Amino acid sequence: MANTAHSAADHSEHEHKPHGFWNRWLTTTNHKDIGTLYLVFSCIMFFIGGSFAMLIRAELFKPGLQFLDPALFNTMTTMHALVMIFGAVMPAFVGLANWMIPMQIGAPDMALPRMNNFSFWILPFAFTLLLSTLFVPGGGPAGGWTMYPPLSLQTGSALPLMIFAIHLMGASSILGAINVIVTIMNMRAPGMTLLRMPLFVWTWLITAYLLIAAMPVLAGAVTMLLTDHFFGTSFFNAAGGGDPVMFQHIFWFFGHPEVYIMILPAFGIVSEIIPTFSGKPLFGYDAMVYATASIAFLSFIVWAHHMFTVGMPLSSELFFMLSTMLISIPTGVKVFNWSTTMWRGSVSFEPPMLWALAFLFLFTIGGFSGLMLAIAPADFQYQDTYFVVAHFHYVLVTGAIFAIMGAVYYWLPKWTGHMYSMKLAKWHFWLSAVFVNVLFFPQHFLGLAGMPRRVPDYAVQFTDWNMVSSIGGFGFGLAQFLFPYLIWQCARGGAQATSKVWGESAHGLEWELPSPAPYHSWAEAPSMATLDHGVPVHGAGADH
Amino acid sequence: MMTKIPRLLTAALVAGVLSLAAPCAHAAWTLNMTPGISAMSREIYALHMLMFWWCVGIAIVVFAFMIYSMVHFRKSKGAVADQHFLHSNRIEIIWTLVPVLILISMAVPAARVLVQTEDPVATELSIRVTGYQWKWGYEYMDTGVTILSTLSRDSNQARQLGSGIDPNTVPNYLLSVDHPLVVPAGVKVRVLITAQDVIHSWWVPALAIKKDAIPGFINEAWFNIDADKTGTYRGQCAELCGRDHGFMPIVLEVKSKADFDQWLKQQRDALKQPPDATTETSTPTTTSQAGSPNARPSAG
Repeated sequence: MANTAHSAADHSEHEHKPHGFWNRWLTTTNHKDIGTLYLVFSCIMFFIGGSFAMLIRAELFKPGLQFLDPALFNTMTTMHALVMIFGAVMPAFVGLANWMIPMQIGAPDMALPRMNNFSFWILPFAFTLLLSTLFVPGGGPAGGWTMYPPLSLQTGSALPLMIFAIHLMGASSILGAINVIVTIMNMRAPGMTLLRMPLFVWTWLITAYLLIAAMPVLAGAVTMLLTDHFFGTSFFNAAGGGDPVMFQHIFWFFGHPEVYIMILPAFGIVSEIIPTFSGKPLFGYDAMVYATASIAFLSFIVWAHHMFTVGMPLSSELFFMLSTMLISIPTGVKVFNWSTTMWRGSVSFEPPMLWALAFLFLFTIGGFSGLMLAIAPADFQYQDTYFVVAHFHYVLVTGAIFAIMGAVYYWLPKWTGHMYSMKLAKWHFWLSAVFVNVLFFPQHFLGLAGMPRRVPDYAVQFTDWNMVSSIGGFGFGLAQFLFPYLIWQCARGGAQATSKVWGESAHGLEWELPSPAPYHSWAEAPSMATLDHGVPVHGAGADH
Repeated sequence: MMTKIPRLLTAALVAGVLSLAAPCAHAAWTLNMTPGISAMSREIYALHMLMFWWCVGIAIVVFAFMIYSMVHFRKSKGAVADQHFLHSNRIEIIWTLVPVLILISMAVPAARVLVQTEDPVATELSIRVTGYQWKWGYEYMDTGVTILSTLSRDSNQARQLGSGIDPNTVPNYLLSVDHPLVVPAGVKVRVLITAQDVIHSWWVPALAIKKDAIPGFINEAWFNIDADKTGTYRGQCAELCGRDHGFMPIVLEVKSKADFDQWLKQQRDALKQPPDATTETSTPTTTSQAGSPNARPSAG
């Protein structure tokens, strides 16, 4: 199954890194270099998307229009979402997958290295295209990242550019997903059976299938927008016999799996970090794998819970309400397993663990509001208010982004060979963890009090919580500058990291490699027989 | 309605979570949803509170367990990890089945309320609501009486970029209109919701009704306001509908049944006058048929 000998031999012929900046970074086929490219790209997009968010929070600091025209405000919310989802969160996970999956499964590289290079280099073009829409006649896309027609069809010259950019991002994601699946299925070290794989690998395997299933659906939806606008079709035009709600069904059939695409790898990361800093392997490993698979399956049958107010038949509303509630069962299993991993453990609080613990608490809060939102009649009040904004930022910022931060702090010493400044890392964590709650928790109150989302201005009774939220936003935004600074500092030097950076309790093949990990790792597949501690203990022998 | 003083308990809980300074008595620090002005809105509010307290209860148990694990088994205290505590069928079955029971206890009342919301039969009055970029049109079916409802002039002036007008000086800033929708209390009213251009969403929190207004389709909702809840209630468009999405509020003027009947009669009489007659007695209304979209009944 894990016959890697010949591909390993190909690579071991040139152990040295390519010379020259362009040779090294533009034409690279090395999984670590491509991983770095993805992560740097993601970080840049995080700051661009973040700057849009800062403009939004500044405009909403008090009632009355401060400095943004309403149309530009709508462009900011639209672009913030597109840039953060497709530019920051998804590429960050692909970057982590590139770095870690080959190292964790004992493979020398990704299975399809040239495609790997291609799937990265699509992204800068896609985002240049997307961001260029800010300067075209008619302004950038302002119909929300959900692009509901007929509104989105009122977009000016930005529409075809945005659609083409989305096609490129989708192509990039699909190529990346194919690479992940082929790598995991074919290049595992001998003895690494499926149920001995690290959870990060497992969650990415499942995520990759979700990507392949979901992204073409999005491509179809935006192509129909394109033909409706330019080629006279009427897919979504009622006057021509079409149905605007059909777009929403198609969009959310992509959109809900997309939500899990952004959270399953985060589950994997947290499942790596918590055991390491609890001094014992993950509790209930098998249940974690099955829970992930269940969530992935359920993600395809809950999409219309985003559409409880469109006027669906009662039977559909009941079905989507109940299926959505079901998701809380496997998600609950995960939260209980992470918590129980700490029980009778030996818990320490290094920076990666701090992010993972913040994830554990704050993602759970996002889960609670998600459960409330599943209740269709109550959702009639929550839908399209700041309550929803608070909910999805709890799962995406304190969920996905916090897990990504944790992953970087966890593996950075392995990547650079240096320890980073613990003091600075703790400052970054605590500032982020406090301000993110000041930023998003009051938005629950705003939504319940009746403030709709996507408005540039509001009635005066919403002033106080909006001010609090904006202050939290500015604090959270500023705190993030510590992050690239700390990474830069760590890349340039610092205390030498050992191979097992976090001590003996860190499980996984990546800790068998020296720090920094050699440019070509696992030229020869490691033998799992010598690595009892490299895998979940009870998983050994489970399927052979 | 939006200046309701929150329940003390909720306030205290939330303030604790936030670790903010204690919320002052200023009514604008609203924390919770309005219970509304109809039996249905109170049902939905009760459902919301049921879910909220379930979540608070579960959160206390789960967070207490997490915090206890972190504190009691911390390495700095000398805790040694138990390498054999990795799996337990019994507790894993328990924490799968207990949530199932809790979910059932939530799903039953939720389904019951949901069925009620979808029951627009035996209504005495039908009003067609039409969303436009960026105003609302209302038509009292079979009477010819129509209303076009746009953001009030003083809000509209104050909300312009660089207007120099402090929104705090404008009464009901962004939540007042020139011609409100007038509805009777104590009568079961059906609203038929559609749109002319793009998708809007008609949301009145006090009624717990939010229904999308979709061009080419007609959505249905109903309400029956308590007979004693006359007054003015406010809502907003809830679906992004373009540049001025934030500036098309909904204002509901709830009259007693007798007052409403009298008002409607006045409107109908005004319509019978020749179009060039002075209309100082009538609320200005639009008599154009711009409010009639090329709607066909929703298939579903």
